[in-house]
Amino acid sequence: MSESPGPSSGRIRSSIESVGAFAYERKDQLGAGVRYIGGMAYMLGDTFAWAYRGLFKSDIKFGWPSLVVQMVRVGVKSIGIVCIVQVFIGVILALQLAPTLQTYGQLERVADVVGIAVVRELGPLLTAIVLSGFAGASIAAEVGAMVESEEVKALRAHALNPIRFLVVPRFLATTVMIIVLTVIADYIGVFGGFLTSVYILDVPPQLYITLTQAALKTGDFITGLVKAGVFGAVIALIACYEGFHVTGGPAGVGNATTSTVVKSIVALIGIDALFTAVFYTLGI
Amino acid sequence: MSEQDVAISIRNLEKSFTKADGTEIRVLQGVTFDILRGETMIIMGGSGCGKSTLLNCLIGEYTVTGGEVLYKTKKMETPRDLARMSEAELNDLRMSFGILFQSGALFNSMTVADNVALPLIEHSYVDPSIIDIVVTLKLQQVKMLAHRDKMPSQLSGGQKKRAGLARATALDPETLFYDEPSAGLDPVTSAAIDELMMDLSKKLHVTTIVVTHEMDSAFRIADRMVMLEKGKVLRIGKREDFEAIRDADPHELTSADDRLIHQFLNGESSGPLTDAEGMTEFEKLIRAES
Ligand SMILES: Nc1ncnc2c1ncn2[C@@H]1O[C@H](COP(=O)(O)OP(=O)(O)O)[C@@H](O)[C@H]1O
Ligand SMILES: [Mg+2]
Repeated sequence: MSESPGPSSGRIRSSIESVGAFAYERKDQLGAGVRYIGGMAYMLGDTFAWAYRGLFKSDIKFGWPSLVVQMVRVGVKSIGIVCIVQVFIGVILALQLAPTLQTYGQLERVADVVGIAVVRELGPLLTAIVLSGFAGASIAAEVGAMVESEEVKALRAHALNPIRFLVVPRFLATTVMIIVLTVIADYIGVFGGFLTSVYILDVPPQLYITLTQAALKTGDFITGLVKAGVFGAVIALIACYEGFHVTGGPAGVGNATTSTVVKSIVALIGIDALFTAVFYTLGI
Repeated sequence: MSEQDVAISIRNLEKSFTKADGTEIRVLQGVTFDILRGETMIIMGGSGCGKSTLLNCLIGEYTVTGGEVLYKTKKMETPRDLARMSEAELNDLRMSFGILFQSGALFNSMTVADNVALPLIEHSYVDPSIIDIVVTLKLQQVKMLAHRDKMPSQLSGGQKKRAGLARATALDPETLFYDEPSAGLDPVTSAAIDELMMDLSKKLHVTTIVVTHEMDSAFRIADRMVMLEKGKVLRIGKREDFEAIRDADPHELTSADDRLIHQFLNGESSGPLTDAEGMTEFEKLIRAES
């Protein structure tokens, strides 16, 4: 270009430059982010490969006992908290929606909204958030402690793959148990809405049940449970990844647990938004 | 078996780390020496000289930055470089290793017996009843049979190391690595572990590699010793060579290296390792960085 750049093109150029400079200054963080995602993707692939080999091929033994141990640990400990949280969610939703629905004279429609909200959204999401605190944090702490005490190194030194022995059982247990917990959470959440509607809002119980049944389709359950499964997988992956990358003794283990909870919650809500957009576009 | 049969050949080994601020530190700078089959080799040197890094390179835990670690085993007659092995080949090699980690590194969710049994169950494909016999034997060897059903958290430091040693020897290794075997143990327990190490290396005819800075223990068990200093081999020699330097009058030692080794082996606070202010090289490094 031969013409001299005018003042406006100068401004454009300087703003492009400043965007470039902004990105360049953060290239290390960007690189770290890419490495993190890449490392997790790699671990996910490895986990699937070992799970497949263990479950469907006969060349290695699958560690059923350790899967059971992990399922009990992930599921049983968190079941109480999941139930309490979901009852409250049902109560809150019903009470929050009641005034608006009342102005339309459709108070009994609380049943529909609570049902949809819990089954499609709040059941899976809040169960996952509870689990990221219960299972995620404890998995990160446990794996981190194993790294610190050289147990992971010892596994590798005995030609025993840490992904196979540590990640696969935790990954499968979290994924399966979160689906089970979400089914329970769905019922408990709807039950919370039911109690509130019947005893506080004076909706006839039979009407509430009928409306809930009419509002909820199989697809609603399935989308919720698919999401839950993915949430469980994400929690387990982040927790194991953070655990494996612990450095610096007990303080490092502490950082890994905090980091697991924070990253899990951000990832869960981000993935949830993505799912919701996709389901919305596909009309399911 | 000839004296010159080399089991592990370390050639120009380099290992660098990139620190968080992007600067590179060259921890191992061209380390070269051989480890002979059946010998007990001590790797020693001051804190931060790169002993643990070297051990991690030898067992395939770290990928090296340069140079070679050539292994020759019963299954692998022509020496092979660790860095060029596939994961499967590396795992094959690892099955010929036994490693006693600093804290024992027992799997905390399993009993002592299950810890010893795990490598056997995964790699030996023998009947469970035979595995049970082998486990009993290995635990007897380290005098831990009475504790077979205990969990690692119920054991003392010395017992953890014994149990770790039983696990390390479960697959009858050709090479045994020890990372600071005396660390965290009282002198008596430490001497007992030394005895056990010598006993095992004689009984099993293994090549033994020990990283330590405990000189009493080192001189008890060594055939040969290698001293590292700032990531390089300062001296390699027979135990007697080092004993001669240790017991010599420092004023009669003509070479600077000899005086440095003398100071290290005797654990003296003044000498060439420490400058006029009594700071070690390591402390100076720390001070220079801050
Ligand atoms: N993973 C690592 N990342 C960065 N620096 C390291 C790492 N491991 C060791 N170092 C550095 O390498 C040097 C040698 O460490 P190490 O091999 O542990 O020494 P030694 O075992 O002889 O005390 C030290 O200065 C240490 O800070
Ligand atoms: Mg060390």
